[in-house]
Amino acid sequence: MERSSNRLFTTQDILGFAVLAVIIFIVLPMALDSFRLNLFGKYLTYAFVAVGLVLCWGAGGILSLGQGVFFGLGGYCMAMFLKLEASTPKNTAIQSTPGIPDFMDWNQLTALPWWWEPFNSLFFTMIAVVAVPVVFALIIGVAMFRRRVGGVYFAIITQAFAAILTILIIGQQGFTGGVNGITDLRTLHGWDIRTNDAKEVLYFVNAGLLFACLLIAQFVRKSKLGRLLIAMRDQEDRVRFSGYDVASFKIFIFCLGAAFAGIGGAMFTLQVGFMSPTLVGIVPSIEMVIFCAVGGRLSILGAVYGALLVNWAKTSLSESFPELWLLGLGGLFIAVVMVFPNGLAGVYAEHIAPRLSGLFGGKTGAAKSPKETPAE
Amino acid sequence: MTDRKIPKSLAGPSRRAFMAGSAAMTASLFAPKALFAQDYPTAQINTTGLAVTDDTVTIGILHSVTGTMAISETGSVQAEKLAIEQINAQGGILGRKIEYIQEDGASDWPTFAEKARKLLVNDKVASVMGCWTSASRKAVLPVFEQNNGMLYYPTFYEGLEESPNVIYTGQEATQQIIAGLNWVNETKGAKSFYLLGSDYIWPRTSNKIARKHIENFMDGCEVVGEDYYPLGHTQFNSVINKIRLKKPDVIYAIVVGGSNVAFYKQLKAAGIDMTKEAPIVLTISVTEDEIRGIGGENMEGAYACMKYFQSLDNDNNIAFVKAFKDMWGEDIVIGDVTQAAYLGPWLWKAAVEKAGSFDIDKVREAQIGVELETAPEGYVKVHENHHLWSKTRVGRAKLDGQYEVVFETADLVEPNPFPEGYQ
Repeated sequence: MERSSNRLFTTQDILGFAVLAVIIFIVLPMALDSFRLNLFGKYLTYAFVAVGLVLCWGAGGILSLGQGVFFGLGGYCMAMFLKLEASTPKNTAIQSTPGIPDFMDWNQLTALPWWWEPFNSLFFTMIAVVAVPVVFALIIGVAMFRRRVGGVYFAIITQAFAAILTILIIGQQGFTGGVNGITDLRTLHGWDIRTNDAKEVLYFVNAGLLFACLLIAQFVRKSKLGRLLIAMRDQEDRVRFSGYDVASFKIFIFCLGAAFAGIGGAMFTLQVGFMSPTLVGIVPSIEMVIFCAVGGRLSILGAVYGALLVNWAKTSLSESFPELWLLGLGGLFIAVVMVFPNGLAGVYAEHIAPRLSGLFGGKTGAAKSPKETPAE
Repeated sequence: MTDRKIPKSLAGPSRRAFMAGSAAMTASLFAPKALFAQDYPTAQINTTGLAVTDDTVTIGILHSVTGTMAISETGSVQAEKLAIEQINAQGGILGRKIEYIQEDGASDWPTFAEKARKLLVNDKVASVMGCWTSASRKAVLPVFEQNNGMLYYPTFYEGLEESPNVIYTGQEATQQIIAGLNWVNETKGAKSFYLLGSDYIWPRTSNKIARKHIENFMDGCEVVGEDYYPLGHTQFNSVINKIRLKKPDVIYAIVVGGSNVAFYKQLKAAGIDMTKEAPIVLTISVTEDEIRGIGGENMEGAYACMKYFQSLDNDNNIAFVKAFKDMWGEDIVIGDVTQAAYLGPWLWKAAVEKAGSFDIDKVREAQIGVELETAPEGYVKVHENHHLWSKTRVGRAKLDGQYEVVFETADLVEPNPFPEGYQ
């Protein structure tokens, strides 16, 4: 390929990042009221997962249908901290055992389980938000990739993990809040997260973290690792025969995707104010793959647009047609997959970028337009 | 015995009975009751910027119309729309017609929270009729408390909650459980109970209350088994075998959703004939709506403990059932929660008129002590803990999917969401 694609940022990339930054940091906050901005903040938490999926699936060819697991683990870690902070003996005076979360009291627990204790610390929680999903992904990754499980089998197994974790959370309701999830979260270190001001601050924190993740993802894509991933996706055996440890690369990228998802989950909990098993299971996990597919699974920026667009469509369709919206949304997905198999990013690369580069007379577009056809 | 009891206790409300049930055409007859908008200037009755104009007031309806809960929540949506139409036909509230914005919770708790916020913050609705599962209520609760909205919640539920921003129009657990257990003990001589439920907060809390009541307040009675199964579970043969070994007098079943169908079919297949009452099956989770899925032939002979049955024989209910069928079709059945949802708009209307204002704080204050003589279930009254005083009734399922009412408490049962001695 051209030498230009080895640089961390081509002119095209810088333009793409700048446009997205303008939209997220300036246009949306100015154009939207506090309620809608909070909604977009929620959508952006899904973008963390979608970016991780671009790396795993688009670049590495590892389709995970269980990203909700990592999103949920990150979210639950944060929710546990917030719940402990909200469950002061004063707030829970009516309980049989004041000072423990309300759902534990309802389930006849009389003491805080030992593994909840560390979540009294914000510092520990912030580490756990990333570490717990990564450790989980590491275990799955080592177990699967070392045995050379891949493709469809891997997708099915990740889906099974999503189902298992959901059942576990629902079944162990004394420890996890069950179907209801962990609700009624109030403050973060004394700072009320329910106010409109707090939600605006959280939106910008969320957007900043997302850009940090995007930069990491961009770095990975442009590094030697990124090119190896694409090579593995297209011809795994050749890479192996060239002496590379394929499994380690796959485990790494899978863990990175999990870390992104965990951060997204924690930001979700902060902005929405609760965490429940409905965000962990198979359906949300597949939805997250859809965000990625609509945006274009080869483009990290496309993933962000995909998450925003699909969720925005979901919200506005369901507001306008409360009884029919699912049909409309389903139709939209089918249309996207049939007409634009490479998603929004594909539309951009094939139709818009060539014209833009024609306009500017530069050759910058050339680096991005070669059709990266995925292996599956 | 029981036949005598019912008409007597329901004799009271007939005087204003058809007001609640009557449709548009009769409304003009009652025009003197209607209040005129010009007597209530918008600026005075709406000081907090709610969606109230000189001739309309907007409220929200927030239920799942898609996803797994849609089948349960549809009845509530229909009941609320019927109530709104009837109120409008009578001239509305303070001379203003009710308009509604319907949002879909999509059986997804974060979506409920999102839509609740949209209704309160963007649409500034004056009240919201909504939610069904406890999980969805828990998800929207912080939104209502933070934005000071008013939610009318229709489902019988586990209690342990008393929000200043919610009016609970269904029963909390003790209202649904205690009278039924006493009844089965006193009239059927039942002494041993097997508790069974789906595995989440409502069945667990309800069974906890049932167990405490059986062990502490019912002489010589005992619980011989207690089991829980995940939502959606369909294999009940092992527990049915356990039940046959323990030979309890009563199977106390709080199985919900799709599991119900499997449970009652397998019970029948295992040779437990509920019409013979050996053992008696008593449930608090199967309304007429659920029987449609289970099938009347699989449910015949079971007892259910509710506050409302479609077959209630009183003037309010006859008019309500007729209006409901006129609006939504002959085949429709009406369960306990549907009736509770129907009360929501009426209770809110009564509170607004009592307060002479749509302001949430004034409505909240006025809501306490509001009585509704036109309720299909009879007469209800709002307790200061935001729940309703209402009767507990026991019905026996018939082949046609309806319940025959066999018992009702003589007096209204006081709501007690935080029962002492049952924790």
